[in-house]
Amino acid sequence: MTQAMPQPVTLPMTRERPLDPPEDLGRWREEGPIRPLLYADGHVGWLVTGYAAARAVLADPRFSTRVELMHPPFPQRLRQAQIKPRPGFFLREDPPEHTRFRRLLTGQFTVRRMKLLEPRIAKITEDRLDEMERLGPPADLVQAFALPIPSLVICELLGVPYDDHERFQRDSSILLSLESSIEEITAAIDGLTDYLAELVRRKRAEPGDDLISGLVASGELTEEEITGVAVLLLVAGHETTANMLSLGTFTLLNAPAQLAALREDPSLAESTVEELMRYLTVIHLGPIRTALEDVEVAGETVRKGQSVTIALGAANRDPGRFESPDTLDIRRQAMGHLSFGHGVHQCLGQQLARIEMRIAYPALLRRFPGLRLAVPADQVEMRSNMAIYGVHRLPVAW
Amino acid sequence: MLINADTGRCIGAGMCALTAPEVFDQSEDDGTVVVLDAEPGPERAAAVRRAVQVCPSGALSLAGAPATG
Ligand code: HEM
Ligand code: SF4
Repeated sequence: MTQAMPQPVTLPMTRERPLDPPEDLGRWREEGPIRPLLYADGHVGWLVTGYAAARAVLADPRFSTRVELMHPPFPQRLRQAQIKPRPGFFLREDPPEHTRFRRLLTGQFTVRRMKLLEPRIAKITEDRLDEMERLGPPADLVQAFALPIPSLVICELLGVPYDDHERFQRDSSILLSLESSIEEITAAIDGLTDYLAELVRRKRAEPGDDLISGLVASGELTEEEITGVAVLLLVAGHETTANMLSLGTFTLLNAPAQLAALREDPSLAESTVEELMRYLTVIHLGPIRTALEDVEVAGETVRKGQSVTIALGAANRDPGRFESPDTLDIRRQAMGHLSFGHGVHQCLGQQLARIEMRIAYPALLRRFPGLRLAVPADQVEMRSNMAIYGVHRLPVAW
Repeated sequence: MLINADTGRCIGAGMCALTAPEVFDQSEDDGTVVVLDAEPGPERAAAVRRAVQVCPSGALSLAGAPATG
């Protein structure tokens, strides 16, 4: 690159169209995969919008994920940045500390292990559909279907009683809202931590065959660390998939030909899930990494201490990687998208999320062949104010 | 083609087992990669190359892949 360095920009937070990343991101990607970004605390760091550069940063051990080093790319993150992560919250640890946790858990989340859960997930899905059918239209797909399925599944896996779901779902959504105050966030973390610490103590006394009991029995982690892992898994395990299920359904309802194709041919479920993941990129405001030393990225030098925000949604729409990237095409080969991240922090629960979605979308369409929005599409309120993108409510009829 | 898997780098994300299940599995203990077939035939070459490409940790590499790869 020989041009003068572009002026730092600020991260765009509003979308022109609900299912496409902000237009500026695409324009900037055309100019180059990385550019200076002005952070909310006045720091000048970087923004990555190109696919190859995003992969390179996420796979590079010279970038750290630690919160203490991170500069917040938008004002709402100023608050969150001040909260110190608790022990066991390994998403925000670098190797080798991160490796200690990840190694202990990956055996529980293998492709094969997740396949064993298929019949249970199918049963949970059918139960929710029965309930929707019994209550009759209209229904809010978020509350009736998209949120309970992944919540029930992660509860079973962890050994958390689902009856407590109102409590942990409320705390999770406070954590993930960009509008929460520091007091609200701290209270929500404390609430989840106290609740799960109590559960960990109960599992020590009366172990079951769930993941938390397994971690207790392994003797490799302190009780505090196990609690932190449980908080991370519980929060990461239900809100993400829930938003994919509801936003994905909204997207398919807006693409009736592809929806019909999926209903006719369930073997399209796998490619549909990957394409919806790519196209929608629900983790829409990060990840953020900070350079531990000077690093060259796509011809620019990221200096030690500079933060880099990776716009996964823009990278997933990079025409250098995906042909006609702005077109939803459930038949395309979308694997390789970055919606589960990349590098050592790539989503631990991705195979679980895939199986949940591969079961849930086709089951929903099969049960309700006449599924439709119960309000005009432009009245569906989008989750622009949340760390995970999606819809707040999805009124449907059939 | 000869597959090289570095279990020290592997983070057990399972992309390999998902992409080329005939060739890759994951260990029951720590979820790291287990190569079922280190010298897969040409009919599996495309899937194996895809698996190497999507592996997030760079744990997989190929030797003797045709230059067209
Ligand atoms: C469609 C659903 C999901 C999406 C879009 C998603 C997305 C992501 C992304 C982008 C990351 C990387 C963050 C970073 O690099 O900073 C991540 C990490 C993680 N996810 Fe997911 N996720 C989903 C489902 C799940 C589920 C079901 C679970 C739990 C069972 C889970 C547990 C985790 C954990 C524990 C990490 C941290 C991994 C690490 O730091 O090593 N996720 N996820
Ligand atoms: S894809 Fe890579 S990191 Fe994931 S299990 Fe296979 S070898 Fe390991």
